[in-house]
Amino acid sequence: MKPAYFLMHLKKDLQLEWRSKDAINSMLFFALLVVVLFSLAFDPTRAVSRQIAGGILCVATMFAAVSALNQAWARELRNQVLDALRMTPAPAASLFLGKALANFLFVMVVEVVLAPVFVMFYNLHALGNAWLLLLVLPLGTWALIVNGVFFAALSIRTRNRELLLPLILISDFYSSAAGDGDVGVGDSDGGNRIRCLWIKMLAAYDVIFTTVCMMLFEVILHAE
Amino acid sequence: MTSIIAECEEVSKLYGTFAALRKVSARLERGRCYLVLGENGAGKSTLLRTLAGLLKPSYGKVRVFGTDGAAEDPMEARERIGYMSHATMLYDEFSGVANLRYFASLYRGRDCVSPEDALRGVGLDPSLVRPVGQYSQGMKQRASLARVLISRPELLLLDEPFSNMDIGSAHQMLRLLDTFRTEQRTIVLTTHQRELAEPLADFVLTLRAGAVVSLEEGPYAKRGALALAATGAAGSVR
Repeated sequence: MKPAYFLMHLKKDLQLEWRSKDAINSMLFFALLVVVLFSLAFDPTRAVSRQIAGGILCVATMFAAVSALNQAWARELRNQVLDALRMTPAPAASLFLGKALANFLFVMVVEVVLAPVFVMFYNLHALGNAWLLLLVLPLGTWALIVNGVFFAALSIRTRNRELLLPLILISDFYSSAAGDGDVGVGDSDGGNRIRCLWIKMLAAYDVIFTTVCMMLFEVILHAE
Repeated sequence: MTSIIAECEEVSKLYGTFAALRKVSARLERGRCYLVLGENGAGKSTLLRTLAGLLKPSYGKVRVFGTDGAAEDPMEARERIGYMSHATMLYDEFSGVANLRYFASLYRGRDCVSPEDALRGVGLDPSLVRPVGQYSQGMKQRASLARVLISRPELLLLDEPFSNMDIGSAHQMLRLLDTFRTEQRTIVLTTHQRELAEPLADFVLTLRAGAVVSLEEGPYAKRGALALAATGAAGSVR
């Protein structure tokens, strides 16, 4: 795969989003809504609410990302742009990687905006190694996005794709999400070992799924 | 000897139990213009999409540029084909020139027409910053043709290129297409406006219910020249 093609696809997706801001606006609105509603439904000052706060953030981000991923290929479907892309000599994998990286950046923007709001709403403070979040967040987000972009492409020719994508994606993403959550286990030596193991597994998950998705994307792109 | 640029051999295309194409056989010669006629649902678009490599035939074989597209390297063949659909195949949010720059960047290493020249060739102003989504239908059709032309394809497959175009623009497009014949490019175009496109045609292929009902010699082959209203200079893309 030539990086030049991938960069052209990435640049195009970033430019399109910069002009419309469709994905980021819809994700931000949805995620903020979830955070506010949860803070109203459960008393955020209670210890139990603060314990599940990480899970709420994860769910809010995941659902917001799914809503954006459902539209990941919408612009290529409109006006049959996808057919024009199929006619070019650019490798399919570069199209996939450009789209995945663009969506990854959109979701990261949402997470960066959402995290401080979340900390404020739930009156949270860091316990243990806060820097781990800087490692886990991109790894977990990439796991979600790389699968999401792939499954969104897989489901574009199906009816009820809005239902199909979350169904496939969330069941597949579960193993990665479990890893995200288990990185936050206790601060003991045993906890550190488990944490390291989960981070390695998360990184391996990312590498494996990125490779498999890139290899299979050509078949998906040229499917009738 | 005339060289064959594309060949369909008993090609059938099924969508479930519906046959969009039924045992279509045709040989397309280099530098010729083929007009495909037929009612709605006759299989014109399916035939073009099959020739473009966007659809795989259910039965039969399509050979493009002398190779078996399915068995050899379809990607290599595809980049030498220009396909224009009913839809613009362009991003609505980008201007014409931004769209063409993006598509030209995907033909790296090939001798492409510059996006500005391609737009000028179809009679559009490259400095137009308006997004394609805000173009008139005729302008969209021209921008779509410009996208097809940037890679200098040897085989042009044009699906309803004159739909929603005013008569002046359609004639300008016809004159432009006529210049491609001199460059030994092959044109296959479908239309419902037979009288408009027929003067350009070497051969007229008529489809009905997915089957070829006739293949006649067109006026161009008989006369050897294009009889179009000689108003204004023909556009040219080189």
